[in-house]
Amino acid sequence: MSAYLAKRLGIAAVTLVLASLVVFSVLEIVPGDPARLMLGMNASDAQVEQLRDQMGLNAPLIVRYLDWIGGLLTLDFGRSYTYSVPVIDLVAERIAVSLPLALVALTLSTAIAIPVGLYSASRRGEAGDAVAMGAAQLGVAIPNFWFALMLVYLFAVWLRWVPAGGFPGWSAGMWPALKSLLLPAVALALPQAAILARVTRSALIEVLNEDYIRTARAKGMPYRAVLWRHALRNALIPVVTIMGLQFAFLLAGTIIIENVFYLPGLGRLVFQAITQRDLVVVESVVMLLVATVIAVNLIVDLTYAIVDPRLRSRS
Amino acid sequence: MKSWKSFLAASALTLAFGTAAFAARTDLVIGIPLEPPHLDPTAGAAAAIDEVLYANVFQGLTRIGPAGEVLPDLAESWTISDDGKAYTFKLRTGVKFHDGTDFNADDVKFSLDRARADDSVNAQKALFAAIDTVEVVDPATVKVSLKTPQGSFLYNMGWGDAVMVAPESAATNKEKPIGTGPFKFDSWAKGSAIKLVKADGYWGDPVFLDKAEFRIVPDAAAAVPALLSGDVQAFPFFQPDGVAQIEGDPRFKVVVGATEGETLLSINNKKPPFDQLKVRQAISYALDRKAIIDGASAGLGTPIGSHQSPASKAYVDLTGVYPHDVAKAKELLKEAGFENGIKATLKLPPPSYARLGGEIIASQLREVGIDLEIIPVEWAQWLDQVFKQKDYDLTIVSHTEPNDIDIYSRKDYYFNYDNPAFDKVIEELNLTSDETKRNELLGEAQKILADDAVVGFLYELPKVGVWDAKLEGMWQNAPIQANDLTKVKWAD
Repeated sequence: MSAYLAKRLGIAAVTLVLASLVVFSVLEIVPGDPARLMLGMNASDAQVEQLRDQMGLNAPLIVRYLDWIGGLLTLDFGRSYTYSVPVIDLVAERIAVSLPLALVALTLSTAIAIPVGLYSASRRGEAGDAVAMGAAQLGVAIPNFWFALMLVYLFAVWLRWVPAGGFPGWSAGMWPALKSLLLPAVALALPQAAILARVTRSALIEVLNEDYIRTARAKGMPYRAVLWRHALRNALIPVVTIMGLQFAFLLAGTIIIENVFYLPGLGRLVFQAITQRDLVVVESVVMLLVATVIAVNLIVDLTYAIVDPRLRSRS
Repeated sequence: MKSWKSFLAASALTLAFGTAAFAARTDLVIGIPLEPPHLDPTAGAAAAIDEVLYANVFQGLTRIGPAGEVLPDLAESWTISDDGKAYTFKLRTGVKFHDGTDFNADDVKFSLDRARADDSVNAQKALFAAIDTVEVVDPATVKVSLKTPQGSFLYNMGWGDAVMVAPESAATNKEKPIGTGPFKFDSWAKGSAIKLVKADGYWGDPVFLDKAEFRIVPDAAAAVPALLSGDVQAFPFFQPDGVAQIEGDPRFKVVVGATEGETLLSINNKKPPFDQLKVRQAISYALDRKAIIDGASAGLGTPIGSHQSPASKAYVDLTGVYPHDVAKAKELLKEAGFENGIKATLKLPPPSYARLGGEIIASQLREVGIDLEIIPVEWAQWLDQVFKQKDYDLTIVSHTEPNDIDIYSRKDYYFNYDNPAFDKVIEELNLTSDETKRNELLGEAQKILADDAVVGFLYELPKVGVWDAKLEGMWQNAPIQANDLTKVKWAD
């Protein structure tokens, strides 16, 4: 187990270094000067140079790269050019929105997907299966920003149960904050649930065709017990893999939904930082996300070992 | 007995609602599309900074009023020496910054010296370029001496970039702005909202609102439901294409006004074949301004024929110099030797006026034989490639700075336009402070630009404001990019 873990960690470290090189050089190549962007069209070139000096942009590339990496290693993520506050503060504020949103969405999608997948797999070919998988197909096909807008018109404009968007902050209280995350979570969860339900169904069907299922049935085990105890557990590996990928996506890839609900999440922070050429923010947040994805993958790998005892003994 | 009870209940209800109706609302949530990068108007070009803070939190010696006029603000009055080179400002007394420190002549000297210092990062440093010295005469009097007379000096001092700041708080204004205005900064949840509250002990007319929140709603599609659900009560700068969904709803007002944004098809005047007058004239003839306004701005916006806002007193209507005339455009191209057509690029920044307008313009120019390749760019790229390196043929951009016709006389500006006759008019304008004479010179300048077909003059960007029908005192026009809340109130 420890050898398995050490190998995983080694791969993770190499990935991080490569990612940092890619992120840094890509942002150097992209045209656009943060100083000019801040000063606008009426400022002289000399003034832009002045600001570049103040921002430390005129230092040689290698010095800036090493400064940045050195900072990361000591958990100093640098200061945002545009907001001129520490990047870590910005990220902390955004994670307070993005993480709960991702967790609520993932919980919702799992709560919908697993029962639907179980139901469909056990009723394969029947009318119920066709309806469930038809709905899942629809869930994958509907663009989530459109679905989000429909939710807004129904629940915020017409029924007025929840706000149309925005985030009051956790200081406004648990319920107002959660309430404003509800619609975005549903909008995010639905397409994810649709995908997850399809994966669950096909994984289960494959397992249900195995010999040991027939054996279990033959020894007189009730169908329901076979489904839960043998089939679902064995079908979980692809399901957990997809959930891991979905979590990483939900954390940072939700820029469209964040825009529709004008939520101050991580996705919008990165997007805004890219358009404003706030290089430090982009670099540090992207690295943070890379680290998160790697960590999630690591957790998924470890989960395999829990789900499947064979993986444990093999290593 | 039963009927008595319900009667009592009903009257109690009427009473409750009645009193509620008497006390008008004193809070307001305003939607803005872009978040300010920071909150110091003297250290950045982003219009979003002024949209939150100008006139609300920060004030200058003078201020720009709703009609674009210069009004006294922290300077109660002023005198101008006969040679036009010395301005003596009489300051208001009893003015305090929001942190409790006094505002006086030292702060004026500090603010102006800071803005024009060598290491200043003021985005509009040119506003202060004429200042020679700033002297404190007494705590309530400041004398500003100019190197040369500057006709627009009082106007310049009304810009957001020229607001008064205190030495104690100047360095931290980006995060925690401290001004002298009727509202003080309360909090900023990044990416979400900026809150202001009424300031105690304000020196001027009391404001009606107790709380004002600027909520960042970046997506135009999200603005409509935000308004309909009542979450946001006003969008002073609304996307024109969303208007159709709100119009006709009695709960809201749609107010269309003018901005200072001259929307231009900018031309690189040094790059062949656009260095030829006939080619530029052909472009001007090929443009159908009405079709562009309909397609790119939902039919809202006033056509322009030169670089001046139609709302300005100095405006001269020159849209007739090059009317839409395809035959004439083709003829001019032929005369210039391009009967086989021209190939060029059109770089488009992100705003919808550029992206939508660009496609319409490309099809209009194709009709006369100019084949444009459309290249979409981000703002950062646009500033770098088009504005700085002048690596472009044509581009579309709205010049939103007020009274900025002098940009055509700037050396090395991205138009690459060079006309000594025009420069002379601008030079004279700078030395003139008499309004009638200034307007005459501005008219002359507009005519030169129109005749030279320096760029394709398209239309004045409209200011489309949408807000709750019960809200009063919002600005119709945007002579500067600001949301002045000093007169805003809820009708009873």
